[in-house]
Amino acid sequence: MVAAMNVPVAEAKPSRLDTYASLIGIRGFEERAQDLFSRSLIRGSIHLGIGQEAVAVGARLGSRPGDLVVPTYRGHAYALAWGMSFDAAFGELLGRVTGCCRGRGGSKHFADREKGVLPGNAIVAAGLPIGCGTALADRLDKRDRVTIVPFGDGATNQAAFHEALNLAAVWSLPVVFLCENNLYGEMTPLANIVRIERLSDRAAAYGFPGVQVDGMDVDAVAAVVGEATDRARSGGGPTLVEALTYRFCGHMPGDTEPYRTREEVDRWRERDPITGQRERMLGDGLAEADIRGCDDSVAAALAAAESAALAAPPPEVSDIALGTAEWMEWER
Amino acid sequence: MNDGAARTLTYREAVREALWLELENDPDVFLMGEDIGQYGGVFKVTAGLLDRFGPDRILDTPISEAGFVGAAVGAAMVGKRPVVELMFMDFAFVAADQLLNQAAKMEFLSGGQFRVPLTIRTQQGVGSGTAAQHSQSLEALFMHIPGFSVAVPSTPADAKGLLASAIRSDHPAIVIEHKALYGIKGEVAEGLYRTPFGQAAIRRPGSDVTIASYSRTVHVALAAADVLASEGIEAEVIDLRTLVPLDYDTILDSVGRTGRLVVAHEGHRNVGPGAEIAARVAELAWRELRAPIRRVCGLDIPVPYAAPLEAAWLPSAEDIASVVRETVGSAASPKPA
Repeated sequence: MVAAMNVPVAEAKPSRLDTYASLIGIRGFEERAQDLFSRSLIRGSIHLGIGQEAVAVGARLGSRPGDLVVPTYRGHAYALAWGMSFDAAFGELLGRVTGCCRGRGGSKHFADREKGVLPGNAIVAAGLPIGCGTALADRLDKRDRVTIVPFGDGATNQAAFHEALNLAAVWSLPVVFLCENNLYGEMTPLANIVRIERLSDRAAAYGFPGVQVDGMDVDAVAAVVGEATDRARSGGGPTLVEALTYRFCGHMPGDTEPYRTREEVDRWRERDPITGQRERMLGDGLAEADIRGCDDSVAAALAAAESAALAAPPPEVSDIALGTAEWMEWER
Repeated sequence: MNDGAARTLTYREAVREALWLELENDPDVFLMGEDIGQYGGVFKVTAGLLDRFGPDRILDTPISEAGFVGAAVGAAMVGKRPVVELMFMDFAFVAADQLLNQAAKMEFLSGGQFRVPLTIRTQQGVGSGTAAQHSQSLEALFMHIPGFSVAVPSTPADAKGLLASAIRSDHPAIVIEHKALYGIKGEVAEGLYRTPFGQAAIRRPGSDVTIASYSRTVHVALAAADVLASEGIEAEVIDLRTLVPLDYDTILDSVGRTGRLVVAHEGHRNVGPGAEIAARVAELAWRELRAPIRRVCGLDIPVPYAAPLEAAWLPSAEDIASVVRETVGSAASPKPA
């Protein structure tokens, strides 16, 4: 018997400082990931979203505890925003037995069933049909749950994107398609690969709303995603949210970034969502010391989790087939 | 679970009965596919299910294989038991990412956090002039990529029992029916029963040669065995029933008695199931073999349309009998003691 995946509900509405902590936790995690990669402690590649944190955190704020997320390979932010522990995240990055997937997935495939995080997907746009399926299960079982499916601008030209949008529309699925438009599909400028200005316009072709939002503004994302999840929950079907955002780092380590100028990156850095959130908190009258206290406690938590993961053992080779069906023949 | 009483059903009716009983048995089971509801499926397997179970259990989909197979993967990952009808096996290529990159890998790459109790039902094979894009046998793909169990029923009883087992499995399963078998009749027990995966059936005992086969080709092999018997050659015909897991014990036991193995199937020969079976048996039973292992397969060219060409493409009873004769005749040296 496969138990239905149920995530606990009820959680107080996060304060501005909580949201800030979430933003800097993700930023700090990814900066440490960059450093670990440069020290050859991470295998394969990593795909970071430094600069894009407000989209994931805003999506979390605009959804309810218990709602699901189906991230992509650039998915650390969603796993962490949905509550994955730093221990599980660093453990997975480093291929340790303490990792969320016990070292089977790595950076691209963070998953946390208890927190409602489906495995990050390393095939562009493949998560959209899967998110339709989790939403379909919820609609069939009359569960009050919404699925958030983030993906990049590059995914919008895949067949799976179009098939999923149509399915979600015809079945009125409780799903929010969340496009992180960071202007580049991997290393190719968006303007070179589409002839439309607004990707959110594509929703009209499938008969449901598409909206653009400032993806550098966590409150704006939260508001738009909140409207979309409300509509989904009340049987109103899907929404395509296009968050205009920017990654300050390359697509992957070693990306020489010939496709953009230093000036463009600097202009976007002026709109850093973390700086914006600090200014808001100061505007609210929060003391600088409280913010610094938050900075320190998040940094300490990250450092402790990174150290613990570095000290943790790798998975046992004798356990290599963990998670496979009992009939799988895998012995050499 | 098996009420015992048997009556004659067609293969099509047997599949439908398994679906019906599992839909009654478990509210998490639901069906998705193209034209499976009101129309009842292009092979009429799902006829009547929409009336009985309603549109929330029997979902007609757009022609959008990557979309709805992916949706089935997602639904399975949160606890449903979707049964997807893929109208033709050939369409698996359209949904290949969701089948082989997604369904087949989610359990493993999540470190066992997620289960994918997904069943794909499809049909394949040659026999009605459906030509190159509607006739392929693609079971080797699902044997090659770890993740799916693979059932290939040859009889109405197995069509029902293997499908019921697939739906009950907590892991991805594909049940590959054969388009030329839907009308065949056979004894089928009433009630819900589950035929275990990984247990081959000896359809005809024999002492001179082992013919390992599955799906429609089992019937071709049995026809070949009748011809061979009239010539004094007794062929043992094994119906593998499932290819993943594959019951090597039954093959090895049989080869231990006959010393000769012929593998017969419709799929292409090159890197087909027969290649893997031949390799394994050679590795494990070299000393038992009195003749080279032989394969009788679909030709390594696409399936043609015109009737005589299609018939020539397909392995016939005479093709099998002819290879068996060579195999039996080539036993230059007696089996070592």
